[in-house]
Amino acid sequence: MTQTKPAITPDLVVKHGLSAEEYRLLEAALGREPSLTELGIFSVMWSEHCSYKSSRVWLRKLPTEGPQVIQGPGENAGVVDLGDGQAAVFKIESHNHPSYIEPYQGAATGVGGIMRDVFTMGARPVANMNALRFGAPDHAKTRHLVAGVVSGIGDYGNCMGVPTIGGETNFDSRYNDNILVNAMCVGLVDASRIFTSAARGVGLHVVYVGSKTGRDGIHGATMASAEFDEASAEKRPTVQVGDPFTEKLLLEACLELMQEDAIVAIQDMGAAGLTSSSVEMADKGGVGIVLDLDQIPTRETGMTAYEMMLSESQERMLMVLKPGAEAAARRVFKKWELDFAIVGRTTDTGRLVVRHGDTIQADIPLSALAHAAPQYTRPWTPKPPPAPIMPEDVPAPNSLTAALEAVMGSPHLCSRAWIWQQYDHMVMADTVQRPGGDAGVVRVHGTQKGLAMSCDVTPRYCAADAREGAKQAVAECWRNLTATGADPLAITDCMNFGNPERPEVMGEFVAAIEGMAEACRALSFPVVSGNVSLYNETNGVAIPPTPAVGGIGLIPDIDWMAKIALQREGDVLILLGRESGHLGQSLYQELATGRNEGAPPPVDLAAERRTGDFVRSLIREGSVSAVHDVSDGGLLVTVAEMALAGGLGVELDPAPEGLTAHAIWFGEDQGRYVAAVAPQDVARILQEAAEAAIPARLVGKATGDALKLPGEAPLSLAALRNTHERWLPEFMGGS
Amino acid sequence: MKASVIVFPGSNCDRDAAVALEAATGKPPAMVWHGDAELPNSDLIVLPGGFSYGDYLRSGAMAAHSPVMREVVKRAKAGTPVLGICNGFQVLTEAGLLPGVLMRNATLKFICKDVRLRVEREDTLYTRRYAKGEVVTFPIAHKDGSYFADDETLQRLEGEGRIAFRYCDVQGRITPEANPNGSRNNIAGIYNVSGTVLGLMPHPERLANPALGGTDGTKMFKSLVDSIAA
Repeated sequence: MTQTKPAITPDLVVKHGLSAEEYRLLEAALGREPSLTELGIFSVMWSEHCSYKSSRVWLRKLPTEGPQVIQGPGENAGVVDLGDGQAAVFKIESHNHPSYIEPYQGAATGVGGIMRDVFTMGARPVANMNALRFGAPDHAKTRHLVAGVVSGIGDYGNCMGVPTIGGETNFDSRYNDNILVNAMCVGLVDASRIFTSAARGVGLHVVYVGSKTGRDGIHGATMASAEFDEASAEKRPTVQVGDPFTEKLLLEACLELMQEDAIVAIQDMGAAGLTSSSVEMADKGGVGIVLDLDQIPTRETGMTAYEMMLSESQERMLMVLKPGAEAAARRVFKKWELDFAIVGRTTDTGRLVVRHGDTIQADIPLSALAHAAPQYTRPWTPKPPPAPIMPEDVPAPNSLTAALEAVMGSPHLCSRAWIWQQYDHMVMADTVQRPGGDAGVVRVHGTQKGLAMSCDVTPRYCAADAREGAKQAVAECWRNLTATGADPLAITDCMNFGNPERPEVMGEFVAAIEGMAEACRALSFPVVSGNVSLYNETNGVAIPPTPAVGGIGLIPDIDWMAKIALQREGDVLILLGRESGHLGQSLYQELATGRNEGAPPPVDLAAERRTGDFVRSLIREGSVSAVHDVSDGGLLVTVAEMALAGGLGVELDPAPEGLTAHAIWFGEDQGRYVAAVAPQDVARILQEAAEAAIPARLVGKATGDALKLPGEAPLSLAALRNTHERWLPEFMGGS
Repeated sequence: MKASVIVFPGSNCDRDAAVALEAATGKPPAMVWHGDAELPNSDLIVLPGGFSYGDYLRSGAMAAHSPVMREVVKRAKAGTPVLGICNGFQVLTEAGLLPGVLMRNATLKFICKDVRLRVEREDTLYTRRYAKGEVVTFPIAHKDGSYFADDETLQRLEGEGRIAFRYCDVQGRITPEANPNGSRNNIAGIYNVSGTVLGLMPHPERLANPALGGTDGTKMFKSLVDSIAA
């Protein structure tokens, strides 16, 4: 049936990332030997990246429903209700492998891809976030990777005119050869005008818009589904090249056309390009599709069907138009100077048929591509959680103040301003909380509502105990949103793990899903979208399990929003939540001993919810002037960050009697907040906390321009700021 | 005051400018697509920030040659006030309405942060609500914002009082540390000879609402309303 018919050898099958057993299934689904184009199509559709074949059985365990959920997992992005006919569309996605191979383009196209997922659904992107994990600072590639990734993210988002309002960055030697670049995008849409990818209706035109197709990114999805080895750098040509200007035009053109009654279905061409977009649209619509590749706008001559079907050229969309809508669509895309071509139509055959020249290059039942993909319940071994260690087993510092300086100046906790100053975080003029606080917040344009968002996970906790670590990631995200006064709504998750074919890695994955599911249930914080990135390992060494959580929350009125900055001289700082001085897996332990040992801090989900709800009510009634959650580095770091943000010092009270002082100041017990309140409100708030069964105690008083610990010399904020802001620019400026 | 905001492919602060203008004037400005043949009668023309034509060739270079710019240049020469913010400033220099050029920042990086500016003149269309020497806070967000002009041009600009704003410290001192991008003489914005065309890299429209953290930008739009009504 094809003109040239290269032999489908076992070697060629392996090169396409398919096992012998998978190839047998393929032949059974097709009823014959595939053509080369067909083999390529199956290989990307059945790749881990597109089929979730190792993870799907476990992902079903995550809670995905709630009254606020309009669209759960399965579409381009999740959608939650914001009231007043408005909805938020959001998703996080990894671009790990490409970013390690080519950091600038890898990160840039990751940002471009996630924004397309959001505006494909009819939403205007209003904010971006990102979660980045790099190797140790002293690793030869780290500086180069940080510089490339940050500038790639910045250049793409900045040109699009979408603010990047926060994120998180870790440095850890376990990511030396496998960095993680997870990009999140949040958009706003009219709840009655949400677009999906289901191409319902036969005989409708399939339209291609956006950039031309080139030979870039062929087999990106297969690359993202394999381990790295020494030869991986040779895969650079499989990394796509981004063009944010074209994407900006595509965004405006799509949103303009969406104002008219023209589109039946729309799907961006992301991983596996034309193949996955056409298969997904036809399959979800319950129709077949025929593509005429002679009509595809190409950037290069002589492209084969195989190359066109597998290209991952960026900034492209596929649409199915309503009958008669063609002229309107053509006019909009011409205005924005974008390619527009009718490349196929929907059929009633239930098959994907690909024509090129006068030959049929592929003819595959869609059910085989979309549903017959193998699903694995891979063997997994649980890992026993480590034993807790006692606070007194971690040595005390000579000086608490000096220890604070060491923690605040360390790569783990130093200021990230060098990063976020390269991101336009104010464009769209709705950013009401900039990077550096507990969560980024943008105003819902034209209203008093605020959309808070945060990305969280603590990899060292997950490495010790994936279940507790994943619980903690969800809880911390919920806490960060709560600390602004938001009602947390839902999350998107980016599950970054090693090779699932190894039972211990699969065991981590299973544990993380279970921990995440438990926390999401307890906090009514469902998962509405997400992404799984496996095979993050090099030469058999995996990354720590890294289930990154991106959450969003709604602030009903931004006049009642909390920030971390201390504002009023004389305000009293109250710690809310239970403290035990948990130093296992803490930053203090790492800096004091050079090791990560013991169990991570446990999360009491009932207490988490109770404390968070209490803090939110304090914010809403206007009883607090500043709030910050207690996380990495513990209580003293929390207070120091509040002081730096507000330019106002704190005189600290002694640690409670009977507890190990350095464990109280640096312990990372979960479910805690520090709130600043006016002196006359202290008694009332302590009383209310006691009635709600929430431990609360006084921590100190906002005053002056230094941090003062009992019995120690004051540390001026100027000196602390210098320590906090120095490391990253110096590191990046070095050679 | 009737304002028009020109929208180029890749403009991305057009809406922000429109919101700030509407807040100051009480009515929405006309949004004019770069390919439109007609430019409505306007008391003020705004060239917004963004990445017109993706900054291809040079920032602002392509937009300066788009059809609508011929009309903008004509109106500017006839005395219509034209405000270019960020990419709009770059377009104004490329179109020859203002001298000099915006080069890559000295750090070679994109920089987004609040900066302090010293208001150099209080007697222009754009600044009558400010005091001379007043220190204001506007955000910057650019990669190509380092103002450069040759010595002769610079001398002329200084001599004719055409510097609108300079980067300064909180006390209003013009120091190298306060210069975020390597601009000559800490220049953040300049006027044409008649003071009717203003180009500046910082974004007044981004701090024109208390919820965003400041309102120093509001006074520029209010000044324009006062000036044009007068």
